[in-house]
Amino acid sequence: MALSSLDNLYRQVILDHSAHPHHHGHLQQVTNEIEMRNPTCGDVIQLEVAVFNDKINDIAFSGDGCTISQASASMMTDAVIGNTPAQAEEMVQVFSKMIIGDQPNLDTKILEDASVLNGVAKFPARIKCAALAWKALNNALTSNDGKGKAGQIVEHHDN
Amino acid sequence: MVKSLNQIRNDFPILDQKVNDEDLVYLDNAATTQKPRAVVEALAHYYYTDNANVHRGVHTLAERATADFEAAREKVRAFINARSTTEVLFTRGTTTSLNWIAASYGEKVIGAGDEIVISYMEHHSNLVPWQQLALRKKATLKYIKMTADGHLDMTDAAEQITDKTKIVAIAQVSNVLGVVNPIKALAKLAHEHGAIMVADGAQSLPNMPVDVQELDCDFLAFSGHKMLGPTGIGVLYGKEAILNEMPPIEFGGEMIDFVDLFQSSWKELPWKFEAGTPDISGAIGLGAAIDYLSAIGMANVQAHEQELVNYVLPKLLAIDDLTVYGPHDPAQHTGVIAFNLNGLHPHDLATGLDMEGVAVRAGHHCAQPLMKYLKVPATARASFYLYNTKADADRLVDAIVATKEFFKHGTV
Repeated sequence: MALSSLDNLYRQVILDHSAHPHHHGHLQQVTNEIEMRNPTCGDVIQLEVAVFNDKINDIAFSGDGCTISQASASMMTDAVIGNTPAQAEEMVQVFSKMIIGDQPNLDTKILEDASVLNGVAKFPARIKCAALAWKALNNALTSNDGKGKAGQIVEHHDN
Repeated sequence: MVKSLNQIRNDFPILDQKVNDEDLVYLDNAATTQKPRAVVEALAHYYYTDNANVHRGVHTLAERATADFEAAREKVRAFINARSTTEVLFTRGTTTSLNWIAASYGEKVIGAGDEIVISYMEHHSNLVPWQQLALRKKATLKYIKMTADGHLDMTDAAEQITDKTKIVAIAQVSNVLGVVNPIKALAKLAHEHGAIMVADGAQSLPNMPVDVQELDCDFLAFSGHKMLGPTGIGVLYGKEAILNEMPPIEFGGEMIDFVDLFQSSWKELPWKFEAGTPDISGAIGLGAAIDYLSAIGMANVQAHEQELVNYVLPKLLAIDDLTVYGPHDPAQHTGVIAFNLNGLHPHDLATGLDMEGVAVRAGHHCAQPLMKYLKVPATARASFYLYNTKADADRLVDAIVATKEFFKHGTV
């Protein structure tokens, strides 16, 4: 198999997003924020979201992680900005199904660039890398107080 | 070695397979080792012929199971040169062993203002139990610094260990940096200040001769599965005088002498600590692993790994953009080698190596404070064992270079 199979995982657009991530940094005004870690590999993401009038006005992420997790975070921010939180939730659902890879006819158009991460399904050890940013978004938008779990460290073990 | 390398490899059927269409090169031995036929067959033999509960039956199978279980304890005693089997407790593994010391000995002797001294290179299992004990008791947790090349700084150790220190707990071999820490010198230092010495042997027992009387450590913790044995079995060695003073951690069957309605008394050592049905098959499997290692000889195991390190470390250091952690002198480095390709996350590197059939670990290696100390989020780690070859080392080097080229030149 060798490294040629890596082309399915590391598509050029993924390498580009990782090298030059979009919406990387911090926001002036934040309504929802969260820090999430992937304790098995040490990846960490801080996600800041500005939701005004039921719309994701702006979003930014920072932290450390591998190519897949950084590209996924960058693509996620591109995809959800300008959408309602409800639409963003739907994207999270579609993304989660896509990276599991058990629905061959899944429509992934709403994910924009992030749909190229479908290749991660063939690399089970890397699914959690792709999922981290999307789980962070989900938790930031849906925690009970509506403000995300700011400052809280949420660990998830899914490998 | 008594056996040739080919003969040894034939004892490990799992090594003979393809992974991602490439011949498997297993270099994740610091996480867990593979098991020889002799260990798997010992488990099967126990379950097929001798299975019964230990220490309580009067029938023949129970006698055989008890004899096999206690024979395994004697094998462990001889392997580490403990004075007596009363000093050998079976546990679930290194983590349980260290937690027992903190929960029983630590709980009893540590008070407010006392000091517990560890190092930045400790695995979480030799760090968090002490950290939590210190928090419970309002004691002070202190860290011995490291030298620039990743050795324990013994000058700093002499300053950190004071008359307030009650416990010094250090890994004999780092699971990241591949350095060997001077347990004997640390034990001497600890004893001079009235403290006890806890050695984490998870990475040393599999790879080198260890003699608890020579080291003069008060406790030694290790795991079976990192030294050819099954998962779920480990050992806590403790000096008899200290174990006698320690209260049991768990209560129940197997560990009691007499039980009355409102009070009970405990069995003698080592059973006072072994409540409930133990991992009988695990202990027997560990005994078989010790037989296997002893037949080869731990000095030979250590020499073989050193030969591999002498061979591979210069090749790794010669790869542009590859950072190797710990000492760069092969003579000071065990078969655990952590590294990073500059500009590439170790997780991406490990996936590349996996596609080339080379299994390594990537992550923080349960040593987050060390990662912070090294100022890296994570590293890749290759760890060699007695069945690895120079060809395996070449495959690792080639796969790192290929992965580096792949990410340098981009993709479709």
